[in-house]
Order: sequence, then C-alpha cells, then structure tokens
Amino acid sequence: MIELAIGIILGCCALGAGMAMIAGIGPGIGEGNAVASACEAIGRQPECRSTVTTTMLMGCAVAETTGLYALVIAILLLFVAPGRFVNILINTMSNLG
Amino acid sequence: MKNKESSFRIIDALLLILTFIPFLCGIVLYIMFTPVSDDIEISGARIYFTINMPLQNLPITESQVNSWLVIIAIFFLCLFMTHGLSATQPTRRQHILEMIVEATENLVLDNMGEYFRDFAPFVGAVMGLSVFSSLLTLIGLYPPTSDFNVVFGWALLVFILITHYKMKCGPVHYLKSFGDPVPFLAPLNVISEVATPISMAFRHYGNVLSGTVISLLVATGLQGLTKMILGNISGFFGEFPFLQIGIPALLSVYFDIFSGCLQAFIFAMLTMLYIANGFPADDYRERQNKKGFKLQEN
Repeated sequence: MIELAIGIILGCCALGAGMAMIAGIGPGIGEGNAVASACEAIGRQPECRSTVTTTMLMGCAVAETTGLYALVIAILLLFVAPGRFVNILINTMSNLG
Repeated sequence: MKNKESSFRIIDALLLILTFIPFLCGIVLYIMFTPVSDDIEISGARIYFTINMPLQNLPITESQVNSWLVIIAIFFLCLFMTHGLSATQPTRRQHILEMIVEATENLVLDNMGEYFRDFAPFVGAVMGLSVFSSLLTLIGLYPPTSDFNVVFGWALLVFILITHYKMKCGPVHYLKSFGDPVPFLAPLNVISEVATPISMAFRHYGNVLSGTVISLLVATGLQGLTKMILGNISGFFGEFPFLQIGIPALLSVYFDIFSGCLQAFIFAMLTMLYIANGFPADDYRERQNKKGFKLQEN
C-alpha cells in the first residue's frame, strides 16, 4: 500500500515538473521577437550596434523571468518536493498506526 | 632606493598571495567536507557546521563561507590593484583600474543621471561580487549566487534603497504614489512593489542554478554514453572518458562565464534603473525649491 502511495507521489512530482516547463514556450517566443527586432535595428543602423545589443540582452533577461519561475518550480518538484511529501506520508501513516 | 624597491615587490607579492589564499581555503574545505561517492547529487549548499543559538540553531553553509571568501579575495585584490598608485608614472595595473572605474562611472551617469553620481562604488561592488561569486564554479566550488538566500539578501538591500529614494518626498507622497493612475489599482501597485526584489532574486539565482544543473546532467549523460560504447572493452580503454573531454567545457563557457557575467550586469543594471525610476525627481526639486524660498523669506 505505502509503496503505491510513494510511487504516485514520485510520478506526480515528475509529471508536474514536466508540465511546469511548458512555460518555456513563452520566453522562447518573446526572446525570439526581441532578437529579430534587434537584428532589424542593427541592419538599418549598424552604427548603433553596441547600444542595441546591450538593450537586447537586458530585455532578453527580463523576458526570461517567467521561464525561470517555471524552472525554479520544476527543480523544487524534482529535487525537494518528493522527499518532503514522502516524509509527510510516513508521518501520517505512523500517527494513524 | 633599491631597498625601497624590494620592499615594494615583497608587499606586492604578499597581497597577490593573500588574494588567492581564500580560494585555496575554499577548495580545502570543500574536499574535507564532501563525502566520496560516484553518484551524482543535486542538493543545496552543504552545511559545514552549526552554531547553537537560543531560539534556533544557526547553520553555517557552504554559500555563506564561499561568499565571505569571495569578499576577502576582492578586498585583497583591490589592495593589490591600488598598491603604488602615482599621478606621474602610472603603472599598467593603474591603467586597467582607471579603465574599470571610468566605465562604471559612465554607466551610472548614463543610466541614473547626475543626482546619483555617488552610486558608482555601490554598483561596482554589486557587480564585482556577483561576477566573482558566479565564476567560483570555474574552480569547482559552490557558487553562492546559486543559493536563493544570498541573492535575496542583495535584492532586499536594493529594495530598501529603492524605498528610501521613493520616500525622499516624505511618507505621504510615497503612500500617494500607490494610487497613481487610479486609486482602485492600489493593490496591484503593492503587489508589483513586493514582486520587485523577488523577481530580481529569482532571475539571478535561477540562471546560475539552471546552468549548474544542466551541466551536471549533461556530464552524467555523457558518462553513461561512454560506458555504453566502451564498456565491453576491458583494461585502460574501457574506462577512458573520451566523451567527457571537451564537451562539458563548451557548455561551461555559456552557462558559467557568459551567463554569470550577464546576470551580474543585469542585476546591477536593474538596481540602477529601479532606484533612478523610483526617485520622484521633479517633485523633489519642487520641494527643495519651496524650502529654499521659505528660508529666503525668513
């Protein structure tokens, strides 16, 4: 019985981590747009190259934030949550007797 | 004259050695406290020792120790770089130093304006600390920036600075600024205010941590692949790690060097932008003018 419960916990944590990383789509599209626009801007005005590159890197980093939130949650689900949930389960089982 | 020259050299060498000793100490501590195992392990910072406190035990972790080592190393590096400054005969290291200082001051001046000119040392310190902490992975130590607590501490410091400069026109003005476009949007403004340090910390820590985790996974995968291909051969060639040579280093160039430096730059940049944007410059100037006017009347 308890093996089944632990198995469900581990599997669901892995599934949840995978699903959380769907959020990676958003930053990908956003950063792609930013870089495309930066390329156009450099093509039009090559002398602004350094300023455009700095601004683009800055914008990319800010756009990346939502993806990083998802990544942090995925890492927590993979490496921290299973142990904690299993502990909670074992404690509950021992309290019930 | 010659005696002075030799003493100068000795102090130079001493400072340079003192710069590298903290890293050596870090490596020794790491080797001493890491148990030998072949498995990969992705965990948080290791706890070196615990101090008993009345309320709760205070664990001294790897990230705390490593960030102090970085601070000490930067301190001695600064002493080394500024040793023997002269206005008439600048040495090579003085030229490098002047370049760095000028670049930082120009960056601060461009992004924050004349009023925040004195912020250059703070911004430079944040950037230097962040770069050195992230680059600790290159010598195999745990980078303090991949611990959320360390980066959140820095973000909290920046948040206090932002709030301080927002309060320059008095607490009433600060509270009024929450109902800025329309008063009923105030809860959203409060949330975005609180989200500032959290998002700053998550951005920095997430980038460094993801680099570490991905490099580790790739290295382990390559190890498995090598074992699969060469596992049947016995002897020296069976254990030769031919796929692990070089490929993880390419990843490290992006994840450790590029990403670490970029995140340090972005953290400093966001610090500057938030502080400069939060400061109500026009209202502050008006207020100062009014005060000056009153003083003149009296």
